[in-house]
Amino acid sequence: MNANAGPATATTMASIPRSSFDGKPLWLLLAVMALAVPAIGNPSSWLTLTVAGIAMGFIIFIIASGLTLVFGLMDVLNFGHGLFIALGAFVATSVMGGMAGLADHGLLQTLMAIFTAMLVAMAVAGAIGWAFERAIVRPVYGLHLKQILITMGGMIVGEEIIKVVWGPLQLALPMPQPLRGAFYVGDAAIEKYRLLATVIGLLVFALLTWTLARTKIGLLIRAGVQDREMVESLGYRIRRLFVGVFVAGSALAGLGGVMWGLYQQAVSPQIGAQVNVLIFIVIIIGGLGSTLGCFIGALLVGLIANYTGFLAPKVALFSNIALMVAILLWRPQGLYPVTNR
Amino acid sequence: MSAPLLELKDVHTRIGAYHILHGVDLVVPEGQVTMLLGRNGAGKSTTLRSIMGLWSASQGTIRFRGQNLRGSATPDIAERGIAYVPESMGIFSDLTVKENIVLAARGARHEGDLDRSRLSWIFGLFPALQTFWSYPAGKLSGGQKQMLAVARAICEPRTLILIDEPSKGLAPSIIRNLMAALGELKQQRTTILLVEQNFLVARALGDTVAVMDDGRVVHTGSMADLAADEGLQQRLLGLSLAAHQ
Repeated sequence: MNANAGPATATTMASIPRSSFDGKPLWLLLAVMALAVPAIGNPSSWLTLTVAGIAMGFIIFIIASGLTLVFGLMDVLNFGHGLFIALGAFVATSVMGGMAGLADHGLLQTLMAIFTAMLVAMAVAGAIGWAFERAIVRPVYGLHLKQILITMGGMIVGEEIIKVVWGPLQLALPMPQPLRGAFYVGDAAIEKYRLLATVIGLLVFALLTWTLARTKIGLLIRAGVQDREMVESLGYRIRRLFVGVFVAGSALAGLGGVMWGLYQQAVSPQIGAQVNVLIFIVIIIGGLGSTLGCFIGALLVGLIANYTGFLAPKVALFSNIALMVAILLWRPQGLYPVTNR
Repeated sequence: MSAPLLELKDVHTRIGAYHILHGVDLVVPEGQVTMLLGRNGAGKSTTLRSIMGLWSASQGTIRFRGQNLRGSATPDIAERGIAYVPESMGIFSDLTVKENIVLAARGARHEGDLDRSRLSWIFGLFPALQTFWSYPAGKLSGGQKQMLAVARAICEPRTLILIDEPSKGLAPSIIRNLMAALGELKQQRTTILLVEQNFLVARALGDTVAVMDDGRVVHTGSMADLAADEGLQQRLLGLSLAAHQ
């Protein structure tokens, strides 16, 4: 294309190291799984715990991925993210309750009922997310302390509204019959629902990764996470993009709420607040604004929670905090820090 | 002198408690390179940021083709055909060189949508960008990042380009490359408002000049006149061109 490119290639190629993928966090993930084998002793128990941990990690990733982008793009600390998880879970109780007759009549019907619940939950959580951004988040851009206070306040108000609509008591979200039970690989029991959660988690991760890597919207999001002022200087309205990401993040939290509710088989108005701490641990471990970091962080949290729950139940209570401290001592900005932040 | 493309009148900008611009009057003629000179802290970068709407001017008018820009959002200002190369370069380090360019070309959704002849022209100006097309921009050297920053500003036709200290911190050989590229833009009658500390660069590129001090423009005129008048340089900039040669 250009005659000048040749000599430049020869003289400058050596001065720049080849681009290489930082695989250390992935190796850490594999190392944790490998170290658990001798610690647990029994391969069947290890396989059961590992699949359970990965499934839990995928659900946490679905919930946390939106939050990390919201923080990365607009520097907004949304402590009200748990509201959308609770909303998703409660909407699922209504939809699944309404489709109860269908849900227990075979795997296909069950999946149809669950996917309907997921779509409705995502739509409701996304719509409420849009209103939440306009009414609560927008007035406090750039004011971290106020963001924390007002988004927590928004979540508390939201929880009270949930109590008004669905009642103050914990509701059951029973697992449909076709998804109960487990497959057996040797002596290892792999619960059917956890496999479903893993498949859905993988689909969300693939879709998110494709969007971020292959589309112009994804390019804008990645650029905005690094330098939103420059994105605006190039002529893009980053606030509109942010609203889109906020709505998508809320919808994903709603989807995660359905999955978490089915995982727990019960939902309470505080279900989101209970998961909130876990989500913040994940996005801090991953590196604020990093989707890949969030993914690895969520899997680490899921695995460590399951391994320590089996090996030392008392340690499990603080295992995630200990994991966060260890990761931050190793990489103070998280596993995959976003440049320019 | 050509008709003004951009005209600032009595522009004041405050950042928090600080009053930075104290009534800037500036004219940027179409098809010329206007140099904005002055010591550190004189308000040059703030003037560019105020034009782009990144810091909002509290008073005065900023007219671009006769329309007031003051109060407009930054994306609206950029959409009028104004490109901005900040002092920090504003490179998206985690994105590749290609992705940086695709993002800057607002009409392009992906690489295939880029104007091939314009891209060839950019590669001619900055061959290193073709070499490192698929590399993360964060891996480029300082000079190559500056080339990418300028390339982003010219990857689509623009009416006005604002460039903030492109030679800052660069080796002399890189500055020469950059000057050659900016010189080609000048030959094509691209309107540029260029902030520069390096007087030799300013003299080589500038058609007109505005010198700032303490948040005001204290001198305007032709670059050739300033370059020829050592006394004026000494008085306005505290330097002597002879000392640089």
